[in-house]
Order: sequence, then structure tokens, then C-alpha cells
Amino acid sequence: MSTRSLLISVALTVAFGSAALAEPPNLGKPITEADTKAWDIAVLPDGTNMPPGSGTPTQGAAVYSQKCAMCHGDKGVNPPAGYSPMVGIKKFDKIDAPKTVTYYEFATTLFDVIRRSMPYQMPRTLTDNEVYALSAYILSLNQIIGENDTMNAETLPKVKMPNAGKFTIPYPDRI
Amino acid sequence: MSKPRGGASPPFEQVAGNGLLDRRALLGRGVLFAGAAATGTGASLASAAAEPLKDEPWSLMMGSVVPPRQEPSRFEKHVVRTLSNPNHEFRNSHGRTPHHLINGTITPSALHFSICHSGVPDIDPEKHRLLIHGLVKQPKTFSLADLDRYPKVTRMAFVECAGNSAPMFSNEAFQGTCQALHGLASNSEWTGVLVSTLLDEVGLDPKAKWFLAEGADSLALHRSVPVKKGLDDAMIAIYQNGERLMPGNGYPMRLLLPGYQGNMNVKYVRRLKLLDQPAMSFYEAKTYSQIFPGEKLVKFNFVMQVKSFITHPSFGHSLKGPGYYEISGVAYSGNGRISRVMVSADGGKSWGQAALQGPTYPQAFTRFTMPWRWDGQPVTLMSRAWDESGLGQPLRAEFVANRGQTEKPVTSPLAFPNQHYNSITAWAVDSKGEIKHVYA
Repeated sequence: MSTRSLLISVALTVAFGSAALAEPPNLGKPITEADTKAWDIAVLPDGTNMPPGSGTPTQGAAVYSQKCAMCHGDKGVNPPAGYSPMVGIKKFDKIDAPKTVTYYEFATTLFDVIRRSMPYQMPRTLTDNEVYALSAYILSLNQIIGENDTMNAETLPKVKMPNAGKFTIPYPDRI
Repeated sequence: MSKPRGGASPPFEQVAGNGLLDRRALLGRGVLFAGAAATGTGASLASAAAEPLKDEPWSLMMGSVVPPRQEPSRFEKHVVRTLSNPNHEFRNSHGRTPHHLINGTITPSALHFSICHSGVPDIDPEKHRLLIHGLVKQPKTFSLADLDRYPKVTRMAFVECAGNSAPMFSNEAFQGTCQALHGLASNSEWTGVLVSTLLDEVGLDPKAKWFLAEGADSLALHRSVPVKKGLDDAMIAIYQNGERLMPGNGYPMRLLLPGYQGNMNVKYVRRLKLLDQPAMSFYEAKTYSQIFPGEKLVKFNFVMQVKSFITHPSFGHSLKGPGYYEISGVAYSGNGRISRVMVSADGGKSWGQAALQGPTYPQAFTRFTMPWRWDGQPVTLMSRAWDESGLGQPLRAEFVANRGQTEKPVTSPLAFPNQHYNSITAWAVDSKGEIKHVYA
């Protein structure tokens, strides 16, 4: 680089360099939270983002036999090989104990996975009422709630799961 | 360990039992061979004579057309991933890396392991969007073309399924290759945009402690990640080994969290939502949470701890008689760089230090090698790695004491009795050169 071009380069850096660097690339397109609704389906353990609607175990049993039993077994037991039952154990005293709904710390996990992923071949085709009803049915099969308990945005996050508060965290400093 | 010299010194100094040689032997030391020949100890220089040479047909005719995209030689057709769901049933699918058939540190992209919980989605990159929203000042979407214009980072990183090596929770040694035991870990060079760069673009709310990352697959698979990791080394990867991601590895974009459980490195990522709490998704609340002995339940077990295994020789290989071999394998740690690998040929009674093929990158495969002269007697080969944090692979007994083992033998690599296995792998070589998996 000649002295002349070096001087020009320094001058340009002084004139434009800092201003150009201060601007972020800013290539993303702004979107309103309202327009994210179709994707914004995750519900949180404290009930955040639970949708309106409700369902009972009886209502859930009807949906279950039609849309779930072929993979997860009648009444949540004895599914075909390779598929998970919906009725689980409550004592996890073996390192390879099967983990099902009774393992979850929060009932919102059950609602969320049905709503986002099930039925496996037709995800996100259930109504929110059906998801509440299926959650109620599966929780009642496991005797976590009563046969006549209604699940909705208020009641479901408050369900006391058998493993609530039992999990330890190995890397608290990484959170 | 004194350095071997030419002349009267032994040419390949034994550093541990059953023929393990100094790692510095054979490394550009021509004088060594000269010295060995002069003293008559260089047995390998006087082995059986080769056949007279001739031209083969391929040396006498023009070869095939140069193709637009190369495939491996037709003689390498056996170097493939093993599949858990070849008939495409309605369940998850695994493709495992054939570690015993490849070498070096980069896993060829076509052989990188894949686990897809609902098949491989066919994503149009023009239509794919990454949404970042929640606890941010301005929610935004980014296209693949947008991300390609951002400042990018290129780095090595392994990805390892938390269930990799799970057959080794078996109370009896599961008989299988490195591919069956350890094939759910692979290593690539990844290029992409740091998550911290994108968080700057949307304006991170200080109340955000977690973000959920969600895929565009049919399950909309999602995991929660601490913002701390997002601001550290998390990346939206858009290139794998120099080309676009493989469909089974997240095309057109995936979250890369160096050193963290594979499942958290969400593929097909379409959404990051900043949150004040973890979402407790299905995969973090159930599948990738663990049961430790004594009914202890563990969640957020992010880090894939230090591990190594010998890939050559290993189950599926057979040694062709006594003499010189190179022992080699891979070592890696979610905590950082590999600092040391020790190798034993006598079931752990004595150990010699392996050579590390540098440079060693953090949270990436490091290839280790060890020269070895086999005397034809039964031996047990093992490797044990340490990382720069000082942590080493636990011995089998230590691991089982902390993490347990099954009551009945595991009979399938699909059983996944538990996760985060990182103890030592031992290969027993019998006098015929056949290799079995053993616990030592």
C-alpha cells in the first residue's frame, strides 16, 4: 500500500468507520406477537399461554379410543411393541424404569405434547377442548385427578404431579 | 520415559504392558529405522517379500467421467450408517456413524449420525423462517438468505445424543461395534451466526433467563436452553463441513450448543422464544431427563462429559497376525479441549500416553494414536481421556457405583436403559486376533 492510499484509507476509516460499525446488520423483519400465534403454542409450567377451553375424562375417553388407542393401547395399557403406554408406574427405583406421564413434574408437559405433536400422523389437528379432555382422561387413568375433574387453563397447571419437586439439577451454575 | 535414540537404544521403547510403544516413535524419525536396521532389531524391515509388480486393467485405460458430485468408491459401499427404522414405521429413526470404518476427526456429512423423532422433513429453504420473540424489544423473523449476510463463525464441534453408548449400561458387555455402541456421536465443522448476534438484533429483555428452541418438524420438537448458553457459544448453524446442512442434521438451519446434549441442538429450528422459565417440554421433562440410582431424578443434565473409545482396532475388526499396529480412537468433552489420553493393552494394569493429533479444539473430536507391537497373546485394549477442566473418564466400577447398571443384559442398541454413559470401552483381542467387547 502506498503512503497516499494508506492516508486515504485512514481518512475514510475516521470519516465513516465508526458510524458504519455502530449500525447493526438489521436484516430481520419485524413481526407483531399477534402474527406469531400459529407457532406460539408452547404452554409453560405456571400456566402461561394455556388456551381457552376445557375437557373432562369422560369426554377424553371418547377422543382417545378414536384417535390414540391404536398406538398407546386401550385405556392406556398394552400398546403395540415400540409405542408408549399412557398408564405408568409411580416408583422410579430402577435406572431403566419406563418413564411415562407419571414421571412428568408438571401436567402442562402432557397438555403441550398432545397439542403440538399428536396424533403422530396428524399433528395439530385436535381442538383445544379435545386436548384438555385427553389430558384429563390420561391424568385420571393414572389416578392423578378424579374421574369427574374438569381440566382447563386454571385447573390443569395446578394438578399435583407425583414427581413434582423431586428433580435435582446437576449444573445450576449454567442456568 | 526416556526418548529412544538411534544406535544402541531400543528402536521402539515400550511404555506400558503388552507392547504399547512410545507415542513419539515413528513420528518422522528416519534415524530410528536406520538405527534399528544397523542393530538388527528392525524385524519389520525384513518381512516376507512382496509379489512382482504388473499393470492392472485400470492403469491401461481412461477412467470414468468426472461427476458433478463425487460418491465414494464402489469398494467402500459397506461404509454406511446403520438404521433403526428402515421400514419407515410411525416412530423415531436413528442412523449411526460407522466409527470403526472411518478415521481422522471430521465425520463425513453423509455419515454424521441422525436421530429424527418424526422422519426427515422436506423443508423449502426459501420458505423457512427463524422467529425470535418473547422477552425481546422487537420480535423479528430471519430467512436463510438473511442469516447468510450476518457475520458468521466457523468452528469444530461434536454433537452427541445423550443416549449414545447406552448399551454399556448393560450388566453384561453388549457385543457390538463402535457404531452400535458409540455411533450417536459425530463431529463436524459448523458455520453459522452466533445466537448472541441475533439477540442483539431483537433486543434481549433482561428478564429472559431461558429460551425455547423449536423445530419445523411435524412434532415441533422443542427444548429449553439457558440464555447464558445463548450468549456464550450457541450458534444457528447453516453450513456443515463447508456445505449446507444435511437434511438429517437440520437443513436448512439448526441450533448448535457445543458440548450440550444432542437433542438440545434443535434441528430445523424455526423459533426461539425468550422466557423467564423453562418450558418443561416433553423431551426435557421426560426423554432426556435421567433416573439415577436411589430414585434420584435429574433434569437439565446439559453437559456431555469427557469420553474416548478406541476405533482401531475394535469389535468387527480382526488382527492379521502378530506385529506392528496403530491403535487409534476419538476423544471429546463437553467441558472443553482434550488434554490427555492414556491407553492400556493389559486391561488397565499399566497405561501409556497416546499422541493427540492436534490441533485440539474445544468440544470437538480429537484423534489419539498409539504405536503397538502385538505379540499374538490375548490382550485387552482400553483408552481413558481427560479434559482441560481436569475431569477424566470414570473407570467402569466408579461409573456403575454412581450411575448403576441394568439387572438383565441389554440385547439391543435400541433399548436405551439410561443416558450420559461416559466410562471406558475395553476390547479383548484373543490369540486369533478376534475382538470382543468386555468390561475391564
